[in-house]
Amino acid sequence: MDSQRHIARHVVDLPKSGIRDFFEIVAKMKDVISLGIGEPDFGTPWHIREAAIYALEKGKTHYTSNLGLIELRRGICSYVERHYGIGYRPEDEVIVTVGVSEAIDLALRALLNPGEAVLYHQPCYVSYHPGVTLAHGVAIAVPTRAEDGFALNAEDLERAWRPGCKVLMMNLPCNPTGGTCDRARLEKIARFAVEKDLVVLSDEIYSELVYEQAHTSIAVLPGMRERTIFLHGFSKAFAMTGFRIGYACGPAELVEAMMKVHQYSMLCAPILSQEAAIEALARGEDSMKAMREQYQKRRDLVVRRFNAAGLKCHLPGGAFYAFPSVAGTGLSEREFAYGLLDAEKVAVVPGTAFGESGAGFVRASFATGYEQLIEACDRIDRYVQGLRR
Amino acid sequence: MEPVLKLLIESGHLTTAQMAQVAGMSEAAVERRLEQLKKDRILLGYRPVVDLSREAAGGSVRAVIEVKITPERGGGFNRLAERLSKFDEVESCYLMSGAYDLLIFASGPSLQKVASFVSEKLSTIEGVISTSTHFMLRSYKEGGFLINAPIEGSDRLKVTP
Repeated sequence: MDSQRHIARHVVDLPKSGIRDFFEIVAKMKDVISLGIGEPDFGTPWHIREAAIYALEKGKTHYTSNLGLIELRRGICSYVERHYGIGYRPEDEVIVTVGVSEAIDLALRALLNPGEAVLYHQPCYVSYHPGVTLAHGVAIAVPTRAEDGFALNAEDLERAWRPGCKVLMMNLPCNPTGGTCDRARLEKIARFAVEKDLVVLSDEIYSELVYEQAHTSIAVLPGMRERTIFLHGFSKAFAMTGFRIGYACGPAELVEAMMKVHQYSMLCAPILSQEAAIEALARGEDSMKAMREQYQKRRDLVVRRFNAAGLKCHLPGGAFYAFPSVAGTGLSEREFAYGLLDAEKVAVVPGTAFGESGAGFVRASFATGYEQLIEACDRIDRYVQGLRR
Repeated sequence: MEPVLKLLIESGHLTTAQMAQVAGMSEAAVERRLEQLKKDRILLGYRPVVDLSREAAGGSVRAVIEVKITPERGGGFNRLAERLSKFDEVESCYLMSGAYDLLIFASGPSLQKVASFVSEKLSTIEGVISTSTHFMLRSYKEGGFLINAPIEGSDRLKVTP
């Protein structure tokens, strides 16, 4: 029987993730230094892991409220108020989810009628476009550029906007570019969102990992709280990727709509992860700051080395990715990534895995130790010099 | 904190060439800073962190010794503490608050050797009032490193979004 014909058309039409392609090849190779990893190299701080173990010992093995444990929601609201300056009610304006990924899915499914459009910036996280498609929406990519440090510009949004746009989806700081937006740019974007009556999904998963400039959430700007769903989680700041725990904050009606989808699909986030998250919020900030300090040193190192090697690279304002241009080598991003892997056994991800606007760039994660980073930079340097000959 | 010193404390295993790259300085500049730190007696030396209880590492015996001493007019505890510190058996020596004055970490090739250091040297010195020796039975963490733990992070997938 041909099983293919049973698969929904919009799923058949989804492209395979470019990352997965590349992963298959890298996974089979030995002694590769990978700068292709989108998660912290640090283990989850022990006090957080210990809290999860303790919760298990205490028999915390049941469902929680659909919205998540109230103690966690209180912790989240106080954290968001303290760090972002936005007040949410723990009772009905926050929902705990299985990572930000689930929160994005819930929001898109809760907001979109079939055919409605979502503006998002590109290059961007791999799930954005497929996520919109799976919610039967239409994704409209808005390019960001290296000369702007991959910040998002309101003018580009204006240009891409068309009737039927309902949502603006942003990820600042951005995976894969490390791009951030200063307050002035965000204010213009906020005015645009108000003018076009858009709901903003603001994925701020990397917002603790910003370096020179303090992070501003678009939700604090005038007129934005009522139309923003603030999405955040524990994976990056607290090195908790495998716990799969995130949250969304927003106006009660929107959270309620997301909750409807969540209760019929996920029911609730795993209780052990919720317990660990409570501990992370209560006592995790020191380890988070120590990790951020390490990322900053590594960023400075790789960006300096890439530029010295002739790979033009902007200084990413946040996250743990450098996004250098490989245009100077005369190779495409795929040729460069595959060539580098083959010749020097260093894995970087071709920029087009994050959308067409990533053409000519590669993503190099610096969430790895100094020795590996230095060795990888030496090898990349050798590879690039070899291409010149 | 001075960047070279901070790196040294956080990532002391790096070579000077690697430190230079991380700190964004020339290798010569890093070496100059290290020399200065040594001169200032801030950087006292380098030692590997080794599981000393292992046969392969010499299987030495270690003890923690609580020592009560008589402070002296003018010098307090310093003269005697410095004198005790000079014994090769003494790895570390600290002045403590509380029930005793000095806490000494001592080691030797055998239990007898450490015991005789305590009974024949340490406790016979004028000014030492009493000692209380605790032999270490087993080490679980050494200088920040867990003794019996698998290396973490090796199961990270090689490429992830």
